[in-house]
Amino acid sequence: MAPPAHSSRSPSPSQPSGKGEVSDLKSQLRQLAGSRAPGVDDSKRDLFKKVISYMTIGIDVSSLFGEMVMCSATSDVVLKKMCYLYVGNYAKVNPDLALLTINFLQRDCKDEDPMIRGLALRSLCSLRVPILVEYLVGPLASGLKDSNSYVRMVAVIGVLKLYHISSVTCMDADFPAILKHLMLNDRDTQVVANCLSTLQEIWTAEASNSGEASRERDALLSKPLIYYLLNRIKEFSEWAQCLILELVAKYVPSDTNEIFDIMNLLEDRLQHANGAVVLATIKVFLQLTLSMTDVHQQVYERIKAPLLTLVSSGSPEQSYAVLGHLHLLVMRAPMLFSSDYKHFYCQYNEPFYVKKLKLEMLTAVANESNTYEIVTELCEYAANVDIPIARESIRAVGKIALQQYDVNAIVDRLLQFLEMEKDYVTAETLVLVKDLLRKYPQWSHDCIAVVGNISSKNVQEPKAKAALIWMLGEYSQDMQDAPYILESLAENWDDEHSPEVRLHLLTALMKCFFKRSPETRKALGIALAAGVADFHQDVHDRALFYYRLLRYNISIAERVVNPPKQAVSVFADPQSSEIKDRIFDEFNSLSVLYQKPSYMFTDKEHRGPFEFSDELGNLSTEANVSAQKVEADDKDLLLSISEKGDSGFPANGSAYNAPSYDSSKSLSASSTSSDLVILETGVLHQASPSLAIDDLLGLGLSTTPAPAPAPPLSLNPKAVLDPGTFQQKWRQLPISLSLELPVSPQGVAALTTPQALIMHMQGNSIHCIATGGQSPNFKFFFFAQKSEELSKFLVECIINTSSSKAQLKIKADDQNSTQAFSVLFESALSKFGML
Amino acid sequence: MISQFFILSQRGDNIVFRDYRGEVQKGSTEIFFRKVKFWKEEEQEEAQAPPVFHVDGVNYFHVKVAGLLFVATTRVNVSPSLVLELLQRIARVIKDYLGVLSEDSLRKNFVLVYELLDEVVDFGYVQTTSTEVLKSYIFNEPITVDAARIPPLGPASIFMQGSQRMPGTAVTKSVIANEPRGKKREEIFVDIIEKISVTFSSSGYILTSEIDGTIQMKSYLTGNPEIRVALNDELNIGRGGQSIYDYRSSTGSGAVILDDCNFHESVRLDSFDVDRTLSLVPPDGEFPVMNYRMTQEFKPPFRVNALIEEARNLKAEVTIKIRAEFPSNITANSIVVQMPLPKYTSRATFEIEPGAAGQTADFKEANKKIEWNLKKIVGGSEHTLRAKLTFSQESHGNIMKESGPVNMTFIIPMYNASGLQVKYLQIAKKSSTYNPYRWVRYVTQANSYVARL
Repeated sequence: MAPPAHSSRSPSPSQPSGKGEVSDLKSQLRQLAGSRAPGVDDSKRDLFKKVISYMTIGIDVSSLFGEMVMCSATSDVVLKKMCYLYVGNYAKVNPDLALLTINFLQRDCKDEDPMIRGLALRSLCSLRVPILVEYLVGPLASGLKDSNSYVRMVAVIGVLKLYHISSVTCMDADFPAILKHLMLNDRDTQVVANCLSTLQEIWTAEASNSGEASRERDALLSKPLIYYLLNRIKEFSEWAQCLILELVAKYVPSDTNEIFDIMNLLEDRLQHANGAVVLATIKVFLQLTLSMTDVHQQVYERIKAPLLTLVSSGSPEQSYAVLGHLHLLVMRAPMLFSSDYKHFYCQYNEPFYVKKLKLEMLTAVANESNTYEIVTELCEYAANVDIPIARESIRAVGKIALQQYDVNAIVDRLLQFLEMEKDYVTAETLVLVKDLLRKYPQWSHDCIAVVGNISSKNVQEPKAKAALIWMLGEYSQDMQDAPYILESLAENWDDEHSPEVRLHLLTALMKCFFKRSPETRKALGIALAAGVADFHQDVHDRALFYYRLLRYNISIAERVVNPPKQAVSVFADPQSSEIKDRIFDEFNSLSVLYQKPSYMFTDKEHRGPFEFSDELGNLSTEANVSAQKVEADDKDLLLSISEKGDSGFPANGSAYNAPSYDSSKSLSASSTSSDLVILETGVLHQASPSLAIDDLLGLGLSTTPAPAPAPPLSLNPKAVLDPGTFQQKWRQLPISLSLELPVSPQGVAALTTPQALIMHMQGNSIHCIATGGQSPNFKFFFFAQKSEELSKFLVECIINTSSSKAQLKIKADDQNSTQAFSVLFESALSKFGML
Repeated sequence: MISQFFILSQRGDNIVFRDYRGEVQKGSTEIFFRKVKFWKEEEQEEAQAPPVFHVDGVNYFHVKVAGLLFVATTRVNVSPSLVLELLQRIARVIKDYLGVLSEDSLRKNFVLVYELLDEVVDFGYVQTTSTEVLKSYIFNEPITVDAARIPPLGPASIFMQGSQRMPGTAVTKSVIANEPRGKKREEIFVDIIEKISVTFSSSGYILTSEIDGTIQMKSYLTGNPEIRVALNDELNIGRGGQSIYDYRSSTGSGAVILDDCNFHESVRLDSFDVDRTLSLVPPDGEFPVMNYRMTQEFKPPFRVNALIEEARNLKAEVTIKIRAEFPSNITANSIVVQMPLPKYTSRATFEIEPGAAGQTADFKEANKKIEWNLKKIVGGSEHTLRAKLTFSQESHGNIMKESGPVNMTFIIPMYNASGLQVKYLQIAKKSSTYNPYRWVRYVTQANSYVARL
């Protein structure tokens, strides 16, 4: 209970200096303390107000503690309230004095006025003084049985407060059991809601060290309770409705009838004016229908209008929160929103963060039928005076172009941007034209004609300059001035501050040299000399490498630097589909607005009720394995992994979310397709390292024409990793490779003693950190470390002996060596006779 | 669940601070304010902090109301819309009790404010935000501040300006304060507030248009009688399977078609399908009865034409013309028209139409904008502004692409573009002498009113 203890920076002009006034107040309070004269309460009120106002502006009035407590013997509620406020503020720092208040607070807890009983109980529980907890138990117990609902409401939250001061006292008094009873029987809905919040918090905190607590927590999701709450949902306040809906979103109905019953019951919640209620309802709908593709799609259609209404009504802050969720849904299923694109047009007075979301949505929903209009609109923004938005708009146009709809017209537009002669427009456009050329080399002719006219002097931004230089190098045969432009850049080597640009300049000059050597020879010489002397390590290395390569054999050098290129078919999505699924699972939470899953921005105990299970606790189960069994297996596993067992939601993961988890994979077309994207690019990397993409990423070294044998991967036989770090890494890293392998009959037989496999893998420098499961599902977690680096590999290996399959998930610090590692891993497995 | 709640002034002063759970370290107010004040994003110089952000594991939520920052913190991954909605609601409850929301009124009434905060949230969990329910817990009386001196708040406050028909003090009345003569005046306010967004193409064609409306109610009736609000008979909600931008050809029929709407929880829709009436027992304080959204074609109140023509010798001429297309018995006020000019504009001189009162035009050097202010515009009239520009350098050819778009803000009292009407307001209290004041007021505001060049 604390008005700020530190002083506010600009106090009101009447602010007193402090000491004199405080001692004045002290003596005045003394005089009034014993008085029973009529009107004394009014004078007390004035004095109390003064005390509180001093307290608010940061003057220390704790020396009045005794007098304040004495004066509190009154029936005047206003006085009492001020006194409680005062006591709550200073009790924590003055535990000895706090003891003084216990007496009168306890007395007030028995007052005949329920208002006073409630207030006193609340203040008593808010003292936060550990030594006083014993005094709380009695009043709390009678408060929970009070005939007045206000007192019960306060008492329930009081139990939670007590739990936070001393969990042992709270559990010993068996308060949770009383709350459980109240939750099911109290007439007052706010009492019920408070019981639910309190029990959720207590059981969640206890679940990590008590199996019973985790069962109790799971019992909150039992069918009778859920139905009990759902049937009365309209009697609850809008805030309590949110709480209940959040709980229902985690409930797994037994059949589709149940799903439809719940949805029909909650249908009208979508028309609520409170955005929080609507979003919580939407979450329920989305979670319930995950496994029913067509219904899920209908849900999207149904929630569109309410979401759009919420976005446009209410304060800008609220509409931002809703827009963030709309954004998530649009990104998941753009095709369902393609006719609503006009809603995503920007309004001139919207802040940057809103416009940015809208631009992303516009980009996502562009298809054959609306691209023309969307791009026309985006071009308006590109000319906008608002520079960051202009930039974003140009990028958006580029992204749409890369999505392949009506590229022809868009290329024209992009080229028109270059004619606008605004520096930032030119810069953004150059980057895009470069990407376009990598995907659609057939446009080179048109683009080159325009790009050739751009003076490199007008391009200052490193990214844009690098793009321009790349184009000059790549298309030097078509651009007459290319060698000369590059030469002048090379001559001004020292003025170029960005290493990225210098790297590109080296490579571009090399490419140019092989096409037009007489004109480039001099410039290349200058650049190589300057590059070798460069302070930047990468620039230095690349220059030296080129130099040696040229000396060794010019024709090999040409094959290295200028190999025949393939067009890039798909650019990798910066966010993995796994991350996206996690954010979706955490719908209606901060994860959506931050666009990252909760583990990235919050610590374990504060993930809130939204977090779904951890990867580790989420065995993908076979239908014939009962959920309970897996749950137990998992717990074993987790216990063996982490000593503390600090994993917040180990059990409910598989028990509640297994179906939803599975279906989320199969269901949303968008997410699976982006999975494919990642795999595809990954494969491309491996198959033809000569891709242009490598070159632009600054990996000039790897662009060997003939696939060089990958350096053999060697592992550190003595690698160490503690379980905590393993868990953390496992959570943070994306899956770089997942595959399924058939298991041989010998392998199945060998698993009767899993230890043998572990020993064998250790012999191959692949260490086992945890095992779990029972026949037919075995689960192993392995890790390995590169021999000369810290870079680690993590593997989850699930072997199902009845289906004779092994599922591998590999995560790696260094994604590029995953393939090599998986080869090692597989060969180790097959040496054991598994495969 | 929230951990702390506080209200900061625009300068960052702590006005109210309440720590509910003690999980967030001291100094969070400073961390928050510094972050908001010096928000950095991309290459923007004056970027605006989003309503939600996190620093060192602490999530900060804020809303701006009446120039004050209402802030909540938490370490938990909570629902952002719940917290933002709550902050907004806390502001409304405080305003209901104090009558006026301002730094001054908060400072004068901080004991009352703490009293409210203790009942609204307990240990981070929301208990109630109902002004009505809270009444029984609140014992302090508000100290009123002079409403005339403070800046207006919220959409309904526009009624305080200009229009004499409204009792100006009514909306700044506390729900618990007594009238000077000790007698409460029985009255109820129903405000239909519409924000309109229109984008005109360079040829004057409407590219997009939308009306976001709300029916706001504030009741000062004793005994909480039931109220019936009757809306247009021809009111349709939803456009069936059609795309919402697929305008119907017959808009002259008078039917109002809303794309969608939502309702306050007190509203019962039992007879809505039959006779388009909403029935409710209004809780105390201000609340939105219904929010609605409409993209049906409507007649925009203003037509805007802007032209920029390049002349020789680094000169150009701008003409902005606005025509008020609403009836002449209605007057718009507080009109501001802005138009960004090419970056190399060095000077602008203006020619305001002769005999125009209450008009000013300015060239904002810092952001190269024309700003044209008109105190009022009577329906049916037309106004023109001409400006001569001087450039500091040769333009790159397409001067149209370097200026604009023109945007406009305005307020039009007693007018709404959607055609949605409150036909009658029935108060179910059976007494012939009981005849409370009923105020049904309309107002239209520009949200994003843009004309491209």
